[in-house]
Amino acid sequence: MSDLKKIKDELLLKLKSKLNLSEVNQMKSDLFGKNGLVSSQFKKIGTIAETEKKKFASELNIIKDELQDLINLKIKEIENEEIREKLQKEKIDITLPERPFVRGKIHPVSQTIDEISSIFSEIGFSVEEGPDVESEYNNFTALNTPENHPARDMHDTFYLDEKKERLLRTHTSPVQIRTMLKDKPPFKIIAPGRTYRSDSDQTHAPMFHQVEGLHIDKDINMGHLKGCLNYFIKEFFELDKIKMRFRPSHFPFTEPSAEVDIGYEMKDGKIVIGEGDQWLEILGCGMVHPNVLRNVKVDPIKFQGYAFGMGIDRLAMLKYGINDLRAFFDCDYRWLNHFGFDPLDVPTNYRGLSR
Amino acid sequence: MKITFDWLKDHLKTNLKEKNLLEQLTNVGLEVEGVQNLSSDKELFKVAKIIKTIKHPNADRLKVCDVDIGEKEFKKVVCGATNAVEGLITVYASPGSIIPKTKTKLVVAKIRGVTSYGMLCSESELNLSDESDGIIELSSGYKKIIGKNYFSKSKSNLIDLSITPNRPDCLGIRGIARDLAASGFGKLIDFKKKKIKSNNRHSLKVKIKKEKNQGCSIFGSCLITDVKNTESPQWLKDKLISIGQKPISAIVDITNYVMFDLNRPLHAYNADKIEKGIIVRNSKSGEKFTALDNKDYKLEDGMCVISDHKGVLGLGGIIGGVRSGTELDTKNILLESAYFKPGSIRTTAKKLNLDTDAKFRFERGIDPLSIEDGLNKAAILIKEICGGKISKIDVQKIETHKTKIIKFDINLIEKVAGFKISTKEIFKILENLGFKFKKKKNFFELTVPSWRPDITQGIDIVEELVRISGYDKISIIDPIKKRKKSTLNKSQKLFHFLQRSIASKGYLEAITWSFTDSNYNNYFRDTKKEIKIVNPISTELDVLRNSIFSNLIIYMNKNLDRGFKDLSIYEIGPTFTGSKPGEQNTVVCGLSSGKKSRLSWIEKERNVDVFDVKKDVVQTLIEAGYKSEEFFIDNKTPNYYHPGKSGRLFLKKDEDLVAAYFGEIHPNIIKKIDMRTESLVGFEIFLDNLKLSVKTLNDQKNKFNVSDYQKSERDFAFIINKDVNAQNLINAIASVDKNLISNIKVFDVYEGDNIPENQKSIAISVTIQSIEKTLNDNELESINKLIIETVENKTGAKIRS
Repeated sequence: MSDLKKIKDELLLKLKSKLNLSEVNQMKSDLFGKNGLVSSQFKKIGTIAETEKKKFASELNIIKDELQDLINLKIKEIENEEIREKLQKEKIDITLPERPFVRGKIHPVSQTIDEISSIFSEIGFSVEEGPDVESEYNNFTALNTPENHPARDMHDTFYLDEKKERLLRTHTSPVQIRTMLKDKPPFKIIAPGRTYRSDSDQTHAPMFHQVEGLHIDKDINMGHLKGCLNYFIKEFFELDKIKMRFRPSHFPFTEPSAEVDIGYEMKDGKIVIGEGDQWLEILGCGMVHPNVLRNVKVDPIKFQGYAFGMGIDRLAMLKYGINDLRAFFDCDYRWLNHFGFDPLDVPTNYRGLSR
Repeated sequence: MKITFDWLKDHLKTNLKEKNLLEQLTNVGLEVEGVQNLSSDKELFKVAKIIKTIKHPNADRLKVCDVDIGEKEFKKVVCGATNAVEGLITVYASPGSIIPKTKTKLVVAKIRGVTSYGMLCSESELNLSDESDGIIELSSGYKKIIGKNYFSKSKSNLIDLSITPNRPDCLGIRGIARDLAASGFGKLIDFKKKKIKSNNRHSLKVKIKKEKNQGCSIFGSCLITDVKNTESPQWLKDKLISIGQKPISAIVDITNYVMFDLNRPLHAYNADKIEKGIIVRNSKSGEKFTALDNKDYKLEDGMCVISDHKGVLGLGGIIGGVRSGTELDTKNILLESAYFKPGSIRTTAKKLNLDTDAKFRFERGIDPLSIEDGLNKAAILIKEICGGKISKIDVQKIETHKTKIIKFDINLIEKVAGFKISTKEIFKILENLGFKFKKKKNFFELTVPSWRPDITQGIDIVEELVRISGYDKISIIDPIKKRKKSTLNKSQKLFHFLQRSIASKGYLEAITWSFTDSNYNNYFRDTKKEIKIVNPISTELDVLRNSIFSNLIIYMNKNLDRGFKDLSIYEIGPTFTGSKPGEQNTVVCGLSSGKKSRLSWIEKERNVDVFDVKKDVVQTLIEAGYKSEEFFIDNKTPNYYHPGKSGRLFLKKDEDLVAAYFGEIHPNIIKKIDMRTESLVGFEIFLDNLKLSVKTLNDQKNKFNVSDYQKSERDFAFIINKDVNAQNLINAIASVDKNLISNIKVFDVYEGDNIPENQKSIAISVTIQSIEKTLNDNELESINKLIIETVENKTGAKIRS
């Protein structure tokens, strides 16, 4: 038995020194190879007296396992060390910049249009469109604003012909006319789009965006109008409560007409919507004038409803704290980057309008 | 419309405060645009007289004036007005006063080395008129009050109202008072109608010519003889100044006063200048007259003029003429109070580009029954202030006013407004607004007051009632969250998809004008028609854009000037093909400049190139659901692309509509617009040319069919003429067996050594896989052979051995 102990002690001694993988493998074959030290001990079993045989064999097996484990452990240790060294060599400066990437952005007006569409979608409005170039009839006359009406002075119009029959639409309201001529009531639509007025200063741009709303059915009254706008404003500004005021006004295509103000206050030079005792005009609306309904062959005795129009750019300015309307169309790379939205930030009902 | 609470109180009995007034004006629909607090600092504007002027020692155009402001010592004031001469009576602003026009506070300041204590004001600086040429010249009547405040001591603020075009009646103070009274804000004071009691003959004959499109239907007038026109008494001057008007002379001031008070425009003629009589008629083309604004007007046919036997005196309801104007020495006047038709007024004023207070009122509709009230009120005032004898009133009419009667069903109120108003309340409101009513069986018969041209039908009555009751009575009915129709249609969904798809590829979305500079537009117009705007806002925005590129390139250049180099911007929006409604296309247009990976420590930098934009276009279309294996691409592109480095893409080979163009922008354009960038590439995707899939995403996803059998990748290298497109090879390979060939990739293109001149080598990797079994060597070999044969036969290529 002392042979075995000797073998083990020797091995333990050898394993203590610094070894490489092939040296350990050599040791392994020295012990367990065909004529290895351990293998030759196994050959001895046959020569041992019957009474001692069982004990010897069992002890031998234990020693064998022990030695094998020691060697395997050493091998693993060496392998680990080798990997560690390799990885150590591969180490890089991880603070170096990542590979270059570019990031695109969605214009705040487009984002706002999507937000508006998402809000109105939830209460059953669908989106309609109309052309940017309109006839004088659709833009004015059909909307109860006949030629020579002083209300036309409120719209500085771009014309495309000397006879003033073709123009760039001054509001999105002609989409009402197109929609009602095309289909049969009920109507429940919004129409966002580009609008144009020959007006240009700090707060006016020759092109801007409006969204039109139209809801015509058998029994739609001013209460529905107030409810719809109250809902929209709350959702759009993502507030639980909002101060809103309806003020009588006049638009040729609605009767009664109203302008809608929302409450705000100034905090640290920024507009805070929803509170305060200041009023801010944000949209015009009213009950669609019976003359307009007659013009599109809808019977005003059977059908009635409301329409509204609001400035998208202005809504975006208020929500996102943008001061200068002109900057929307100036295409300054820095501005687009600053106010733009990630294309993956799609406003939807279930994930909300914004993060 | 500018008013003061004090003036309102001439018509309205109320104990309420100005704060309540402002709220109530807004509540009834008379929007308060602004309130000017004049009471405090208006005391700092004094009537003053220039005693002496000397030339400013350091400035040729300036004078140093000694000004008497009623104090012991004269004030030294530096002034640049040419009319600042010794003896002039004018308005002096003390240091500390706020100049109404500029809203700036005046301080004692050195002007070119000379200290100026205050300022002498022009009319425009005091917001009295647009007259900014020289300082105010006050009449000698002001001599008595040098040093006194120029503005009245009235504590009433100036309230600026925005009156909507349907409410001409509220262009008079009385009309505003009526609305307020109806809403419960005080009581309307009865209009004490003083009438002219006269037996004097009206000796001027007035005739309205009956002709087609006659713009005047009623002409009332009276003669006032032996008047002594003078300066207005202080109360009248104060009144006009309080609403920002400048007093002129008693007769003019009185006509203005009646206009602002009752919205009844009047005109006073020098009766001695009228030849024989008044004829109201249509003008004849070429007739001329000099108007009170000192401008000569050449008239066209059919404008409503007031004339005498010598010619045109004035444009009825718009502006009077110099020939018969009232001066301080005028002795006999003809006072006119007429009804001119809104349409006629508007047409004439538009043609002559004239805007006056009278025109503004007549084009909105003046009360046709106010003719005599206006004459009475003004004539009596003139007699009081200027003396003289008033004649009988003469009224010529060619049409009589028809009273409007409306049948009104009170149920309409609740139907439209959603709330009820009691019958008692209805009557009260309508009565206060001047309506008369009779109860009939199922409805009321309402007589509309003559000053309300805007009211023609039941809905107008509803508006009146709801407006006066208060919009706060309308209850909020919460919307129902139900959707019957999808929000977006297919093309709208595609729009939104493409918009976000392009942005996700690193482009910043821009929104630029739908119009553009015709010079730039011409670079990208190709064969399209130029669409001019008749009245552009500037010459740089004079046409509708035929392509989005013109604007993008203008703004790209501005950004390059800001020092940016590698930019990608895009816009999705309309381009125009004609000036008729609908002649427009929706286009996604992108532009990229500079380099990729500029100054990167890890990536190799390179110029952006046509294959970058090709990738953006192809990837976007694939993401949008179009099949890339069906795309057909050739090199026929519009002239603004580099002819050798651009392409057009069709969704299918036999399609006639171009889905997209992409490529380098033509170097000539870059040179002409002096753009500095290493590279400029762009693309256009035409939304209207993209077929909308009838299948829903759901349908498209139905089948999942893949092969798990072993696939084999084989590489081929072909030698081919340089001008043959790689696409031809790909198509040839694809045509061999659609079921077995699952992927074709060009992995190398080579020209040069070892390749004959005018030829190139194209290396292609082909993936072969069956969905039925694993192919054996023989089968693979025969496909290889077939591929080589087909390519060689179809394209003239030779396999490289």
